[in-house]
Amino acid sequence: MHDAYIDTIRDAHSRAQPLVIRGHGSKDFYGNPSAGEVLDTTALSGIVDYQPRELVLVAQAGTPLANIEARLTEHGQMLAFEPPRFGGHGTLGGAVAAGLSGPRRASAGAARDFVLGIELIDGSGQLLRFGGRVIKNVAGYDVSRLMAGALGTLGLVTEVALKVLPRPAEELSLQFECDETTAIRRMNEWAGQPLPLSATSWHAGQLTVRLSGAHAAVHAAHTRLGGETLAHADAFWARLRDHRAAFFETRHTPLWRFSLPATAPALSMCRPELATEEWIEWGGALRWVACNAPAERIRAAARQLGGHVTRFSPGEGEAFSPLTPALATLHRNLKQRFDPHGIFNRGRLYPDF
Amino acid sequence: MLSPVFLARLRELLPADSLLFEREDLVPYESDGLSAYRNTPDVVALPSTEAEVAAILRLCHQENVAVVARGAGTGLAAGALPVDGAVLLVLAKLNRIRRIDPLARIAVVEPGVRNLAISEAAAQYGLYYAPDPSSQIACSIGGNVAENSGGVHCLKYGLTVHNVMGLRAFTIDGQLLEIGGEALDSAGFDLLALMMGSEGMLAVVTEVTVKLLPRPERAQVVLAAFDDVAKAGAAVGDIIAAGVIPAGLEMMDKLAIEAAEAFVHAGYPLCAALLLVEIDGVNEEVSDDIATVRAVLRAAGATEIRTAEDEAQRLKFWAGRKAAFPAVGRLSPDYYCMDGTIPRSQLPHVLTRIAEMSAEFGLAVANVFHAGDGNLHPLILFDANVPGELARAEDFGGKILELCVEVGGTITGEHGVGVEKIKQMCAQFASPELIRFHDVKAAFDPGTLLNPGKAVPELHRCAEWGRMHIHAGRLPHAELPRF
Repeated sequence: MHDAYIDTIRDAHSRAQPLVIRGHGSKDFYGNPSAGEVLDTTALSGIVDYQPRELVLVAQAGTPLANIEARLTEHGQMLAFEPPRFGGHGTLGGAVAAGLSGPRRASAGAARDFVLGIELIDGSGQLLRFGGRVIKNVAGYDVSRLMAGALGTLGLVTEVALKVLPRPAEELSLQFECDETTAIRRMNEWAGQPLPLSATSWHAGQLTVRLSGAHAAVHAAHTRLGGETLAHADAFWARLRDHRAAFFETRHTPLWRFSLPATAPALSMCRPELATEEWIEWGGALRWVACNAPAERIRAAARQLGGHVTRFSPGEGEAFSPLTPALATLHRNLKQRFDPHGIFNRGRLYPDF
Repeated sequence: MLSPVFLARLRELLPADSLLFEREDLVPYESDGLSAYRNTPDVVALPSTEAEVAAILRLCHQENVAVVARGAGTGLAAGALPVDGAVLLVLAKLNRIRRIDPLARIAVVEPGVRNLAISEAAAQYGLYYAPDPSSQIACSIGGNVAENSGGVHCLKYGLTVHNVMGLRAFTIDGQLLEIGGEALDSAGFDLLALMMGSEGMLAVVTEVTVKLLPRPERAQVVLAAFDDVAKAGAAVGDIIAAGVIPAGLEMMDKLAIEAAEAFVHAGYPLCAALLLVEIDGVNEEVSDDIATVRAVLRAAGATEIRTAEDEAQRLKFWAGRKAAFPAVGRLSPDYYCMDGTIPRSQLPHVLTRIAEMSAEFGLAVANVFHAGDGNLHPLILFDANVPGELARAEDFGGKILELCVEVGGTITGEHGVGVEKIKQMCAQFASPELIRFHDVKAAFDPGTLLNPGKAVPELHRCAEWGRMHIHAGRLPHAELPRF
C-alpha cells in the first residue's frame, strides 16, 4: 500500500524534485518555508495495532490524532506527551515529525520519549523499519527517535509505534496569584518534592498547577499546597496545549518559543526589553514570548540563558537557532545519507538542506 | 601491533602512569563483564581530563589507529572487548561529579562516575537518578549512555535515554559536540537519542548532564506466588490494564526461585512462578495502588499474596531477586545471561519454547524477567570445562534471541549488541536497515575508527553466518513446516 508513495519518491529522487510532506497542514507555519510538490500523507490512515495491555499503539502516519486519542480514551489511556492540535487538527506523523509536546511534557516526557518504532521511506524510495513494538530495545542505533523533531527532512514517516499510558484516575488544578520570579521558583521547588504534579503554567500573574493521580493523593497535595481550585481545568489545559488561548490567537506581535533551563531567571526581570508578554510552561523550561525585538537580540538572550529559541509564527529570518559548526556537519552528513538528493522538506529545518 | 612512532607520540600526551603497556597491566582489561570473549589490548590509555581525551582521539585519527572506549567494564555484550591494533581508552579516571543543582534537579558528571554515586551525592537534597541497572554499584554513567541502560524501574521511570539531558562528546577527529543541555530540547535533530545506546561507535562522551527526581515518599512491594507461569504472565498484563504502572514488576521461574531461596533465604514460597510488584509514589497513591494490585493478583489466580509491612521486609523480598544471578551461578560452574525483549502477551509461548529448547540442547535454564518491560533474562547453565558446552550454550542463546524476534520482540533490551549478539542482528534487521546503521556510523566516523566491528554486522558476514532475517515477527515462507 506504500507503493504509490515509493513511486512518487523514487521519481522525485531521480529528478531531484523537492517534496513537501503534509498531513493536516496544521503546523505549516512551523519552521522555515519549503517549496515543492505536496506529498499528502492523509491516505496513510488507520490504527494498525493497539494492545492496551502492552501499552503500545501502532498507527499509520496520516491517522488523525483525534481518532487515536478517541480510541485511547475508550480504554482509559492517553498520549502522555499531549501533542498540540493546532486548529483542532494534526496527524500522528506530523506530531512525531514536529516533535512538539504539550503541558504534561515536564513530568511525562516528550514525543521522542514515547516513540518505540518507526517505518519510513527514505529519500531514495527505500522502505525501512527501525525500533519495534517493545519498550526496551537497544539493537542498532536509535533511528526511530532521530525522526522525532526532524521535520520530515530525513524521510517520509509512514507508521509509528508509540508507548501509551493509563489516564490518571483524577486531576485537579490549583491557581495562585504571584509574579514571574516567584512562579519560576515555586515550579522548581515543587518539582523537587514528591508531589503528583503533571503540568505547570504561569501567565498574567496566575500560577496554575495540575495534580494527577489517585483521588486521595491529589487531595492530599491540594491540602499541602493550598491555592484556589480551577473550574473547567481540562478546557484551560487544552487551550494552552492547542494554542487556543487569546494570548496565542489574538496576538499582534511575533511569537517566540524559548526552551531554557527550568531555573533560568524571569525574562521580565533579566531581559525586560524582550518580554512584551509571556506564558510559561514545563516548570519554567518552556517560555512562550510575544515580542517585537530584533531576532538577533532574541537569539542572543536564549543562548546566554543556556537554551535555544524558535520563531513560532511566520516572519523574516531563520526559524531555529543556529547549530555549532561541528553539529551542522553531522546534520548535513545524516541528511546526505537518508536523503541524498535533498528532496524532503528542503530548507524547512535549516537553509542548507 | 601499534608502531613505536605512534606509541612515542601517545607518551607525549599523557603522564607515564596513565598509559599501560606491560602484559600484567593489560590483562585486567582483556574482557568486560562477558568474559567468554577475551583479547589482550595493545595499549591502555587512562586520560584524566577532557583535553587528554581529545588529544588522544586527534592523534589516533591522524595515525589511523582505532579506539575502543571503556567505562567500568561491566558490560555484558563484549562491547568493550579490545580490538587488535587499537587503543583501549579507559574513561574511569574521569570520575568527578562537577555540579549538582538541587533546584534545577540536574547533576553534571564525568563519564567515569558510577551510576549509584550520582544518587548517593543527590540524596542530601532528597533527589536521585532513576535508571538503576543491577550493576549500578560499579557501572559508570558513560557506559550507561553507551548501552542505554535500564534496570528494574524502567517501566515507570524510563531508560537512560529518558533521563539524560545533555552530553559533551568528542568525535574521532577531536571535535567537541555539545548535545542537548539543561533545557528540555535542543535545535535540530535529536542527536542525544542517537548517542544513547550507540556503544561507543559514534563519539566519546566526556560529560553527562542527568535529570534527578525527587525520592518517592513511599515504596512498597507485593509478592505473589503462582502455580503456573502462564497465569503469572497474564497477571502482569492485568495489573497494567487496571491502570497501575508499578515502579518495578519482576518475575522469576521455579529454578530461579529455588536457587535464590537456597542462596539468600528470602522466604519465597516455592512455586512455579513468582511476581514482585513494587509501587512507589505519594503515600495515598501507594495505598490505593496496592489495594488494586492485590485484587488483580487474587483474580488472576495467585496462590499466595504478601505485602511487605516495612522497609526491612521490602528489602528481603527484593534480596532474592537481586541475588538471582549469583544464586543461579551456584547451581552450575558457568551461566550465560540472555537479554531478549518480547511483547508481554507472548510470554507463555516463549517460556514454553525455551523449555523445549532446553531439553533439545540438554542445558538447564533459569528465567528472570523484567516482566513490566517484557525484558527476559534466561540464564543458561553450562560448564565451560566440558568440551563443546560453551558453544552449545551460545547456540541455544542465539536461538532464544531469534525466537524473541520471531514473536515481534528484539535481541537486546538493555545489554547491547557488542560482539556477542552481532550475528542475531542479521535476524532482526534486513540489509537496507543495516546499511543505514553503517551510514549513521559514517556520518560521525567515516574512517570506522571508533569501536570497529561491534554492534552492526557487515552485510557479507550475515550471508556467511546464514542468519535469516525475520521481518517484524513474520518468518519468510511462513507456510512451510519447521521442525
